[in-house]
Amino acid sequence: MESVKIAIVGSGPAGLSAAGRAAAQGVPHVLLEKAPHLSDTIYKYQRGKYIMSTPDQLPIRSDIAFKAGSRESIIDRWDQDADKLKINVKRNANVTAISGSRGAFQITLANGELIQAEYVVLAVGVQGNPNKLSNPGTDQSFVQYQLDDPREFYDENIIVIGGGDAAIENALGVAHPDQGNVVTLLQRADSFPRAKDANVQALFKARDEGRLDFITESSLIRVERGGSGESLWVAVVDTKDGEARLPCDRIIARLGAAPPRKFVEAAGVQFTGPDREAFPVLTPQYETTVPGLYVIGALAGFPLIKHCMNQGHDVVEFISGNRDLRPPDTPLLEELFKAAPVRRSVDEWLEHIRSTVDVLSDVSALQMREFLLSSNIHYKKRGDIVVNRNDTGSSIFAIVDGSVAVEVDPANPRNTVPITKGNIFGELGLISGRRRTATVRAAETAMLLEIPRNATLKLMASVPGVKRRMDRISTERQVGQIFGQLLPRHAINDILNAAEIVPLKSGNAFIQEGQRSTDIFIIRSGSAVVEKRIGGKDVFLSYVLAGNYVGEMSLFYDGLRTATVRAAIKSEVVRLPGAVFERILGSNPDLYREVERLVASRRKLNDYVEAKRESFSSVVDMHTSVARFLLEEEGLSEATDALVIDETLCIGCDNCEKACADIHEGISRLDREAGNSYAYIHVPTSCRHCEHPHCMTDCPPDAIHRGPDGEVFIDEKCIGCGNCQRYCPYGVIQMAAVPPEKPGLLSWMFFGAGPGPGEPNKEWIAKARKGNDEPPKLAVKCDMCSGKKGGPACVRACPTGAAKRISPDEYLSLATDGNS
Amino acid sequence: MDRNVHMRTGGLPISHEGFLAHKRFRYLKLAGVAMIAAIIVYAIVDQKVRPNGGTWYGYTLGTISALLILWLMMLGIRKRAMTQGNWSLKGWTSAHVYLGSSLLVLATLHSGFQFGLNVHTLAYAIMVIVIVSGFFGVYYYSVVPRKMSDNRAHRSQKDMLDAIRALNSELREAARPLDQKYLKDVTNAIRKTRVKPGLFTSINNAQQNCATTRAANRLRKAAANADPEMRRPLEAVTAILERKAALLLRTRRHIRSKTLLQLWLYFHVPLSFALLAALTAHIVSVFFYW
Repeated sequence: MESVKIAIVGSGPAGLSAAGRAAAQGVPHVLLEKAPHLSDTIYKYQRGKYIMSTPDQLPIRSDIAFKAGSRESIIDRWDQDADKLKINVKRNANVTAISGSRGAFQITLANGELIQAEYVVLAVGVQGNPNKLSNPGTDQSFVQYQLDDPREFYDENIIVIGGGDAAIENALGVAHPDQGNVVTLLQRADSFPRAKDANVQALFKARDEGRLDFITESSLIRVERGGSGESLWVAVVDTKDGEARLPCDRIIARLGAAPPRKFVEAAGVQFTGPDREAFPVLTPQYETTVPGLYVIGALAGFPLIKHCMNQGHDVVEFISGNRDLRPPDTPLLEELFKAAPVRRSVDEWLEHIRSTVDVLSDVSALQMREFLLSSNIHYKKRGDIVVNRNDTGSSIFAIVDGSVAVEVDPANPRNTVPITKGNIFGELGLISGRRRTATVRAAETAMLLEIPRNATLKLMASVPGVKRRMDRISTERQVGQIFGQLLPRHAINDILNAAEIVPLKSGNAFIQEGQRSTDIFIIRSGSAVVEKRIGGKDVFLSYVLAGNYVGEMSLFYDGLRTATVRAAIKSEVVRLPGAVFERILGSNPDLYREVERLVASRRKLNDYVEAKRESFSSVVDMHTSVARFLLEEEGLSEATDALVIDETLCIGCDNCEKACADIHEGISRLDREAGNSYAYIHVPTSCRHCEHPHCMTDCPPDAIHRGPDGEVFIDEKCIGCGNCQRYCPYGVIQMAAVPPEKPGLLSWMFFGAGPGPGEPNKEWIAKARKGNDEPPKLAVKCDMCSGKKGGPACVRACPTGAAKRISPDEYLSLATDGNS
Repeated sequence: MDRNVHMRTGGLPISHEGFLAHKRFRYLKLAGVAMIAAIIVYAIVDQKVRPNGGTWYGYTLGTISALLILWLMMLGIRKRAMTQGNWSLKGWTSAHVYLGSSLLVLATLHSGFQFGLNVHTLAYAIMVIVIVSGFFGVYYYSVVPRKMSDNRAHRSQKDMLDAIRALNSELREAARPLDQKYLKDVTNAIRKTRVKPGLFTSINNAQQNCATTRAANRLRKAAANADPEMRRPLEAVTAILERKAALLLRTRRHIRSKTLLQLWLYFHVPLSFALLAALTAHIVSVFFYW
């Protein structure tokens, strides 16, 4: 029986790195891998898949090298490193049981072999063992549970089973039109709830284009010989229309995997809870509740390769008795706190921030480390500006020390509201996607932690406590921003206790004309359209942005709703029950006057439209239909800045496109002629710079940001994966390679050199490259010509004034602001 | 109340300001002032012998006009040179139109109404033609885009051509059961239809003489006389041909509109260069004979 000091189970990034450290230290060890090769999960990635090395800032500490690259380059390097370090690897070693504790573990392998170890490191990941088909006939060799290279298969009838991302990606992979495969995907459910939206969309698109087919509510019954010849196989499938027999040369089943939790629990390890998301209970040294048994990597809750490799290194150091080892990000965090007036260790700072800042109360030390790596700390003196009103920005600030003053009245900077130590600010920009609503200055010497948008969203998604606290604060702020000047603290609290956040889909009406209700709604994110029924037709009255409230009219109309208010886009509103608000209104004459004033101005608009309706009905109708076209069909309800062309002026010269290409290294970011028009208003295919940009949904290198002018732009970290292009509902992102540089304008004008203004044509590009490789195709989109003197080139280059960039709230308001 | 609440012109929530109205007609005003001032000075200044280009005022007007012509021609470069900076091509166009028009007054006064068969009058004549061709441009720019928008009904030219291609393959499919003689018509409709109307043909004539229309007419007649068995496929093909003819009409109108928006430039621009040459000759000869 083999006997070692450390047995490492699993040879993924974590296990391999642990074995590497053990080998480098000369510790007797064994690395057990169930597959015939190292790093099975990554080995099974599709060929050529690009593997990222996020988080970028985190240094790597391992004897095994790792940097971002293709699956092949990474696997090759790891195999070499394992050889060089003389790691003792046992392949095809499937561990079935672990028993014992520190000093005396016994590991049983599937082939009956036993291994003795003093310490065990479990790095088995979360893939587990793939679930397999048990139907008759599925033991054939053409039934597979992974897909290495989709290009391997030609002219086959392929059945893919499963509705997750893996199944969809595999199906799309083998359904490439050049390969002539007939691909059918079978999904048990009636839709694809487990898969990413982008994948589901791609699947539907592929079906519409006839590249593959899928059958929902279907399942495999058996595989049998059949068809016309003896050698052919058919899959007998149960569908909602009865049994179907599909010819079948290959079955790719992606049925998920049994989580390895049972196996780990059998060794005596306790988990944090019963739910699926629970992780093993671990000490900071990754030791489980079984002394001497360690868990690292994805199983310990760290899905990123870098984390895993660092943990592998560290766990062996811990086992070898190294108690001074500090996490690898410590120097970076020390750097972050370097300028602090107080000297504290990183751990002390983490604890200090966590216990000071209320929203972070529930965040674990490891999560703290992660988001702090992408955060900034600002030290401000009394009077220093932290954010300016109308700045763009969606990061949030937490006050670690000191306090700030918010200038709530732009006309009077003296009028401020304090925010004290331990609180946050800036969350309204994060939630509404709009510009900063107020200028904030330091009220005294202050230490401020700035957490970027993505890190905040991640925290809110992974720690329920953060989301709960953020929601409460943002509601409080929004109520405060609107009524705060006029209401005492206890009244605000009354409102808050009764307030409720209501999520809305685009088009949902939350106020119905003619109904009786006095609830007030604050639009928290998104925007809303106010419409009134006049003479049997819905007439557009106004467009209301996040940060405003509606519903107050009914208080002055005996509780009767005078107009319908619908969400213009996916939105969230805060509902304040009418009874509570009415009571507060009754006891606050200031508030009463304020609301009365707003009602008066909105009523004026109402009356105006109603009066005009008689004399000018076509004009009012036109306004309504144009507003609907822009807001609902063209998505301007989530736009902050969009290019709109007046077709009565546009002469079709495409100078806008040419100028766009010429000012941005040769690629035009807009397609003038494409896109819809209504009433001579044309919305070309061009970025709308959405409040909550869809393109940011899943950018692996985090390369999409909102810039200082409100523009959504892609930086040089882009890896060309195309996710943003798939997520953009307006089709304004393209994947393109930068063309070679053109000769100057005058040499074109006088000597005919080069292709002239605008995007060069393909032939010229091919010639100018002289056979050199095309540079990689990266995502290209409008950046609003930010930072370029003079502003957007498309508008400046329009000879007739047909092109104009608008922000919908300014241009759709029928009336000038009646609030003042 | 009306001060606070207003509806934008025509009920359109978005009002673009066209090049003619740029900055509330800034350049129209400027050109107007320049022309009136030039006329007043012309009337009151005492010119020896008779007014002509050789007086100090003549030289002044001549120099201004010549520099203005050079500047007006710079629009061609400005349009294509996408540099940074706070300029707007719309502003340039606006100034080009109004200041260019003002040359009609400035250069005429410069001539002192002395015309003859010489290089000087040649320069003047070319200038007038250039300006008049420019007026055509302004006219087309203000009339054609709206018509083009009405006609294209959200479709881009590429969409239209794609749709024609799709109808062609529908035709091929539907024409299979037809007799050889009708098949010939359909093949002609597919192969010999020229989408572009041609510069000197009216849209109506282009439409009438088009292989698609002719095929549609013949097949419609044939369908009326055919036996019941053959009538159905003939009618089906005729319907597709008629759809294609309608689409062709739309496409031809679109192309014609685009042509109109550009055609005047084929006079305006080369004549501008001719003007430049004549102007050079005029200036050189004036100084030569001084």
